[in-house]
Amino acid sequence: MEFGPIWRALLRNKGGAILIALQIAVTMAIMVNSIAIMQERATNMQRPSGMDEANTLTFASISFAADADLRATYINDLEMLRNTPGVINAVGTNSFPLRGGGWSMGLQTEPGEDMGGVGAAIYFGDEHMIETFDVELIDGENFSPEQVVFLDPDNFRWEPYVIVTEALAKTLFPDEEGSVVGKTAYINQNDPVQIIGVIDQLQAPWQGWDDVEHALFSPVKRAEGFARYVVRTEPGMRDELLPQLEEMLASADKTRLIRGAQTFDEVREGAYLGDSAMIKILGFVITLLTIITGLGIVGLASFNVSRRTRQIGIRRALGATKPAIMRYFMLENFMISSVGVIVGGALAIGLNIFMVETFALTPMAWWVVPVAMIILWLVGQAAVAGPARRATRIAPSIATRSG
Amino acid sequence: MFRYYLKLGALSIRANPALSALMVAAIAIGIGACMTIFTIQHMMGSNPIPHKSAQLRHVQMDSWSDANPYNDGANPPIQLTYTDARNLLAAEQAVRQIATFKSGRIVEPEDPDELPYTVSGRATSKDFFAMFDVPFKYGSAWDAAADLSEEFVVVISEPLNERMFGGEDSTGRRITMNGDTFRIVGVLDTWSPVVKFYDLNNNPHEPVEDTFFPFSTAMANEYGNEGNTNCWKPPEGGDRAAFLNSECIWIQFWVEIPDQAAETQYMNYLDAYVEQQKELGRFPRPLDNRLPDVEEWMILNEVVDDDVSVLLGLAVLFLIVCLLNTIGLLLAKVMRRTKDISLRRALGASKASLFSQYIIEAGMIGVAGGLLGIGTTWLGLLGIRNLFNRFDFVEKLTHMDWSMTALAIVLAVVSALAAALYPTWRACQVTPASQLRIQ
Repeated sequence: MEFGPIWRALLRNKGGAILIALQIAVTMAIMVNSIAIMQERATNMQRPSGMDEANTLTFASISFAADADLRATYINDLEMLRNTPGVINAVGTNSFPLRGGGWSMGLQTEPGEDMGGVGAAIYFGDEHMIETFDVELIDGENFSPEQVVFLDPDNFRWEPYVIVTEALAKTLFPDEEGSVVGKTAYINQNDPVQIIGVIDQLQAPWQGWDDVEHALFSPVKRAEGFARYVVRTEPGMRDELLPQLEEMLASADKTRLIRGAQTFDEVREGAYLGDSAMIKILGFVITLLTIITGLGIVGLASFNVSRRTRQIGIRRALGATKPAIMRYFMLENFMISSVGVIVGGALAIGLNIFMVETFALTPMAWWVVPVAMIILWLVGQAAVAGPARRATRIAPSIATRSG
Repeated sequence: MFRYYLKLGALSIRANPALSALMVAAIAIGIGACMTIFTIQHMMGSNPIPHKSAQLRHVQMDSWSDANPYNDGANPPIQLTYTDARNLLAAEQAVRQIATFKSGRIVEPEDPDELPYTVSGRATSKDFFAMFDVPFKYGSAWDAAADLSEEFVVVISEPLNERMFGGEDSTGRRITMNGDTFRIVGVLDTWSPVVKFYDLNNNPHEPVEDTFFPFSTAMANEYGNEGNTNCWKPPEGGDRAAFLNSECIWIQFWVEIPDQAAETQYMNYLDAYVEQQKELGRFPRPLDNRLPDVEEWMILNEVVDDDVSVLLGLAVLFLIVCLLNTIGLLLAKVMRRTKDISLRRALGASKASLFSQYIIEAGMIGVAGGLLGIGTTWLGLLGIRNLFNRFDFVEKLTHMDWSMTALAIVLAVVSALAAALYPTWRACQVTPASQLRIQ
């Protein structure tokens, strides 16, 4: 192979080659880190909320009349919702996964102050929550209707029963091999709550939270001025039911407003808007960047070909075949690209370490660097192919001309 | 000579149209990427009240748990308990002071056929408007008496006045919200600070509230808080009184501090206050009172999104790639012209004149790239606006003002000139007549 001569020829005319290698290196640093961020965001977005998202909708009822009977409204609303054909179940709660706002409390296994607890999102609701949220009870039991109480705004206290996610149970009782059902945890430092059931998986309302898999159900019906309903429908019925249910509740009671009607797809879209925008922006950036770098290589290779017209002609006259000329340019580009991607790999890793430390990103996956290397090698080869083919068409007779 | 070089530059640019276009496009795209993100970062973090921001201070004091310090002890809590807010408000130790929180309302129109609707609301004291230089279209803020006697008075925003009263002077008229009938005392003029600095709890770029009413009235009538509530210790009881007496933080507290002397004086007061509270068994942590001004407050609350900073870093690298691209192409161009250059040098052209000739040519490419860069920035901002079109505030953040436009051109010209330095230097190194031998 002609590695040696090509390398030595490159060294004699470093300026242009170094510039391309540098350009490839910086391109690589951007590409690797963009892919790493895109991959992190895409992974986050794929995490399941735990709900039956395709068939779930939500809206809020806001009562404003000073003398409104909030409990009656709450009871009537849920009865109407649950009795509507096409509705599997409905619940009145304070929040739901991906909502972005909610209530969290610290849980601890011993009572007392200053213990430092395990954070958990609280979802208040009745015994219909498990079916409405479409979570699976993997251990223990659901709330019995007697365990569920109405919120007393003048005397708030924690009800003594909870249903927790499996992830929360594992964090609370890491050494427990058997069932955690029947165990007691302490909420609000001193209030005992007994675990009566464990569900498979449900996210907290904040998708960016470290403890996103920590959630618990508390058997309280919060019939407040602001009530949030979650409704699960039969497959395919959601979009049809949403306006219908909204209208039904609005006309049943005029002393309140129905607001924030959304399907769960819309909730998800809103929750991950920033992440999906980031993916789109970065995808656009690396595409554009690859095109610019590719065109830059085309431009420089074309220059080189035309500058070396005589030289190529002489080589052809001395017996070099067309494929040999082609190979020369392809190999030359491969060597420049290789220097570029190796320097670029180092730059990319350095930048990633910096970003992980500064912006608390997740370190990138191992495969990103090799993938970016292969992409840039291919781009380089594709970009140089055109000018190289033009070089093969230079007639050997050029060698006989002067100038 | 300058005009002659301009002409030469134009000729050379036209001689290689594809290549020149590539250089201009690369600079334009690099500038566009940088300026799009920079504009957003600039708007996100821009000082919303520059003439007064140093005098406006948020009060921070460490009321948190000794065992689990707030934010791992890096800074005191970013809100106040009701107890402290009430005490500081009553003490009146600053020129102006306000306690405030967000509380949405439902407007019940007089016409029974019209449906009620939700509006955003803020409980605050009369000083709010003077402190933050809030412009009034009609009427004014309420007076101290209204704060004292928990009156139902309200200041409404311009958009709400437009919606309710068609934009006419509505002072003295009534508005019923959640069953309480308020008297309108003032209507704001257009007021839309890019950063809603006085309450950074939720979205820092959301519009200002539609209604403002006395803090005392909201407390007396038990209006709920829509911001964040954070407790390190449970309230001693389940009712509202217990919550108000608790160590839960949920109130923003601002003071106006006109000068250094006032700052020292207020700090002394705060220190004395906390010492006195310590004697009552509160404030277990060491004394740590702070009075950050608006800019410090925005930094502490991380108003500029991390994603924007990441993108800005990547955009700068992007511009570097575009410049390396331009350097490479300019260099190739120079190398092809070595024969030309050596001939001109042989005929007496000085290095200086060659230098100015090529720099002018590069400058022309830079200006063209910069002008086109304004277009690409505009496109970039349009794209961002489309991605976030469900938020109104994105309009405010994607606004390209004159300073940003000028910066785009300056950045383009400076980067094109920087890119041209090495190739031009290489051109000047060509020795006279060195390339003439073969001919």
